[in-house]
Amino acid sequence: MIEISNIEKAFGTQQVLKGISTTFETGQCNLIIGRSGSGKTVFLKCMVGLFQPDKGSIKFDGRDVIQMERKDKQALRKEIGMLFQGNALFDSLTVAENIQFPLDMFTHMSQAEKTERVNFCLKRVALTGAEKKYPGEISGGMMKRVGIARAIVMNPKYLFCDEPNSGLDPKTAIVIDELIKEITEEYQMTTVINTHDMNSVMGIGDKVVYLSNGVKSWEGNKSEIMNTTNEDLYDFIFASDFLKGLQKAAVGKK
Amino acid sequence: MYFLSFIEELGKYLAMLLSLFTKPERFSMYWKETMRQMVNIGVGSLIIVGIVSTFVGGVTAVQFSNQIMGLELIPMWWLGYIIRDSMILELAPTITGLLLAGKIGSNISSELGSMRITEQIDALEIMGVNTPAYLIGPKIIAGLFVMPLLVIIAVFLGIIGGMLAGVLGGYYSMAEYIRGTQDMFVPWYAFMMLIKSAVFGFIICSISAYYGYNVKGGALAIGEASTKAVVNSCIIIIIANFILAFILL
Repeated sequence: MIEISNIEKAFGTQQVLKGISTTFETGQCNLIIGRSGSGKTVFLKCMVGLFQPDKGSIKFDGRDVIQMERKDKQALRKEIGMLFQGNALFDSLTVAENIQFPLDMFTHMSQAEKTERVNFCLKRVALTGAEKKYPGEISGGMMKRVGIARAIVMNPKYLFCDEPNSGLDPKTAIVIDELIKEITEEYQMTTVINTHDMNSVMGIGDKVVYLSNGVKSWEGNKSEIMNTTNEDLYDFIFASDFLKGLQKAAVGKK
Repeated sequence: MYFLSFIEELGKYLAMLLSLFTKPERFSMYWKETMRQMVNIGVGSLIIVGIVSTFVGGVTAVQFSNQIMGLELIPMWWLGYIIRDSMILELAPTITGLLLAGKIGSNISSELGSMRITEQIDALEIMGVNTPAYLIGPKIIAGLFVMPLLVIIAVFLGIIGGMLAGVLGGYYSMAEYIRGTQDMFVPWYAFMMLIKSAVFGFIICSISAYYGYNVKGGALAIGEASTKAVVNSCIIIIIANFILAFILL
């Protein structure tokens, strides 16, 4: 479980996060949604430790990351896996070497054990056979899978995904969402996903947090979001007349 | 204003250097990366250093020969001595340094810059890797060790170039030239050359890494970082060259 309490972050005079508090449960897909510039990425980067918040606390199963010594922070980071928007795969390494990198850096496993673990992860993301390819030789969807495989190779307790569906076609996006959902439940991870994609919200949103101008404007689950009375959220989700019509029809049917 | 921004940059640069001194997460990974950088910097620069230093030796021979010819006070075999000491004291370390500031400097800054904007550095941070130590440390160590080796090769090829140009141009015989290269040798000059080249290697790799590592923005910022890396490395090499000559001679 990740407990966020009153997080604030400013860059110069610009206050980006204005006191956000929420909780992300274990074994669930927790989605952060919001308009561009609402503070989603800064919020995610504060959680993973890439930005230091100005105020508040971020507790990973009771351990406050902001108060931690550098050494403890490094140890905690080994429990975190992250899937980046642009995948952040190392260009000069093959798919297998990319996935193996954290094992090389942080474990004392033999090469046979590492290969076994890499093959297991590749199988888990349905990428067996792509071991020797370089990131430049595979498709966007495959890169996402490699990113997921690298994120889970160390058996993390917490998985963070920044826009996992960006640049993917709708079908591949659903496949990636389902994969993240399956992995989250299978390994009982606390997964936090930063997204714009309403398909993801409706498909895997166990918990949804809506940010607007650096504040938490709404939180709930995918069922509750359809009947929201928050006008700002309503405008965000049903941005097109087509979607508004669909929502009215769905609510009307009930 | 410029002074304050210079002090700020200098502070950030020194802080970056300080952050390199940490215990490696896995020594074998750092070793592997250092070897990779040595190959990149060393083997990758061998041809260009070879071509440039051979011609620099050659042109030095031709120009000095033309100036000395006819002056009965200076014997022609001195050309060997002049070219050898010119290469050791100044031409090989400085020209190789400036050459590599362009080649290696832009390479390092654009590599790290693109790693920064594609979030590869963030990915390493989140894994728990000390990114300055892992990404910059091996480059600086490689620069410190490989640069003197390249300069030794440059001196050797420069002397060969001088011999070929002088003998083929009919300015002196091979025996005269070889006699000159063996005469009045001061071992301290060779040691000084090694110190200079190690310092230049450090300057090139650390400054380029600093600009690449701190890139903010997109592709345009990578280009700007590469330009700053090359220009500043060249300027600092020239200043360091003067200071070292002053101190060591």
